[in-house]
Amino acid sequence: MSVQSLLEQPLRVINVGLEVFAQALEPDGVSVIHVDWQPPAGGEQAAAILARLDDEGDLA
Amino acid sequence: MAVRAIVRCSHYQDSMALMRLAEALRALPGVREAAALMGTPANHEMLAVAGLAIPEAKDAAPGDLMIVVSAETDEAATSALDRAAGLLEAKRRVRETAGRAVPRTLESALRQQPDANLVAVSVPGPYAKLVALRALRRGLHVFLFSDNVPLADEIELKQAAARRGLLCMGPDCGTAYLGGVGLGFANEVAPGRIGCVAASGTGLQAVASHLAALGEGISHGIGVGGRDLSAEVGGIMTTAALEALAANPRTEVVVLISKPPAPGVMAELEAAIRTFPKPVVVCCLGAAPRGDGRAPWVRTLEDAAHAAAALARRQPWTARAFTDPAAVRTRLESIRRGRGETRVLGLYTGGTLAWEARLLLEPLLGTVGARLDDRGHRVIDLGGDEFTIGRPHPMLDPEARAARVRQAGRTRDVGVLLVDLVLGRAAHPDPARPLAAAIHDARRAAEADGRALVVAASVVGTERDPQGLARQVTALEAAGAHVLPSNAQAARFAALAVKPDLAPALLGGTG
Repeated sequence: MSVQSLLEQPLRVINVGLEVFAQALEPDGVSVIHVDWQPPAGGEQAAAILARLDDEGDLA
Repeated sequence: MAVRAIVRCSHYQDSMALMRLAEALRALPGVREAAALMGTPANHEMLAVAGLAIPEAKDAAPGDLMIVVSAETDEAATSALDRAAGLLEAKRRVRETAGRAVPRTLESALRQQPDANLVAVSVPGPYAKLVALRALRRGLHVFLFSDNVPLADEIELKQAAARRGLLCMGPDCGTAYLGGVGLGFANEVAPGRIGCVAASGTGLQAVASHLAALGEGISHGIGVGGRDLSAEVGGIMTTAALEALAANPRTEVVVLISKPPAPGVMAELEAAIRTFPKPVVVCCLGAAPRGDGRAPWVRTLEDAAHAAAALARRQPWTARAFTDPAAVRTRLESIRRGRGETRVLGLYTGGTLAWEARLLLEPLLGTVGARLDDRGHRVIDLGGDEFTIGRPHPMLDPEARAARVRQAGRTRDVGVLLVDLVLGRAAHPDPARPLAAAIHDARRAAEADGRALVVAASVVGTERDPQGLARQVTALEAAGAHVLPSNAQAARFAALAVKPDLAPALLGGTG
């Protein structure tokens, strides 16, 4: 969806991280789903590896 | 004194949820200090510094939750930890009895909402790229609140977004407005005809709040993050945002809010502004103002709002130092001056507001430092990275700043304290209360030492914010603070309080 379309349509949000941001959207009646995100086991190093795996998935 | 801890393995909670948990525990009888932290190396260090590092917690890994309590007695500590366990359990039960299963990944969230169009990401910085890139690859726009994101990650994300014609708002994007909906730390502002492109969350909040006070509204406020106009990032998102607002039918006037761009980027930005098809106000805090009918460059956030409203209404406008110079004179007359020369100390929660204050004070007072240990005048951004690694931002946890405010009351050379207060839906429910209490204590401490402590403040917010602008202002005034209508005016007031001979220049007449 282009930026212009985004600006002209209702927001439908997926919230990943601080739950307060999903809660803040509720009074506006914005469609929002909160993701109960957990860091990958193995911490930041795992994240870097996972990001590289994502890249390789792209190239495949 | 008893220090006790529990550790919950593989039990991640976000930093704000943990902050609220710690707050709840600190309020329990007999509890002196409480910490709820994930077991990252930085957090272990913080526990050690706070005297809370005990054997029970030392093996906690980054994915494990540590709850440490320091209390007057063993019973009080145990009781507090039981309460903590109860709160965690209650939270888990709410999750599990919710109508649908709460998704744990982006992919499962998309199965529940396949027509999602935006992913809001506020995970810790090192994980931001992992989450945001997945969203962009799915064709979703991204609001990226996370800070402490490596520059290389930011460049990769924004290039990926630009290639796909998507927005990547951030990293370090605190606030945005899309179609009248506020994202992140946003104030309640009516939808309207002014569009903003902001490399600053609190900058956007301030401009939006001033526009609301003027009876104008925001069409969209597109955040681009603090580094977008750096040489390395090259203004990728600023360009995309300006193009989007140029084409957006609801947007009549555009306001650009940022610090001065890198030299190469500045030239491109100036060219884009010159050829922009709608009136545009540029607030590049630190760049020299220049007049230009349809594209004025203004000095302050307040001026940006006034100039934009004037352009939308096709009315003339000129900048003023104070909305109400007579009221300022009256306030100054009521100030009991102490002995000798004193300094201005700014303790800020909003980085852009601190920056704006420093820019205004330097021509008036001379050098203004940015570090706590600077001598002379100093304005500190307490939300800066060095203060917030593993700690909640002072906008969320007012106690961090309150302690420093109290300390200012005991610091001999501080004659004027300058502060900001930021409201909004996701902010602290009543930030004026702890700040007012600290201001009250600081002024009393100074007075007991035969000194006068003047406090100048401004509040970023609107009447429709949950905290209520007027109530928050009243609470600060009741504690003895002088609340001015904008950060710029508060800074000028602070300068007048330490250097009365500035009055003719700032107030006109005979001062």
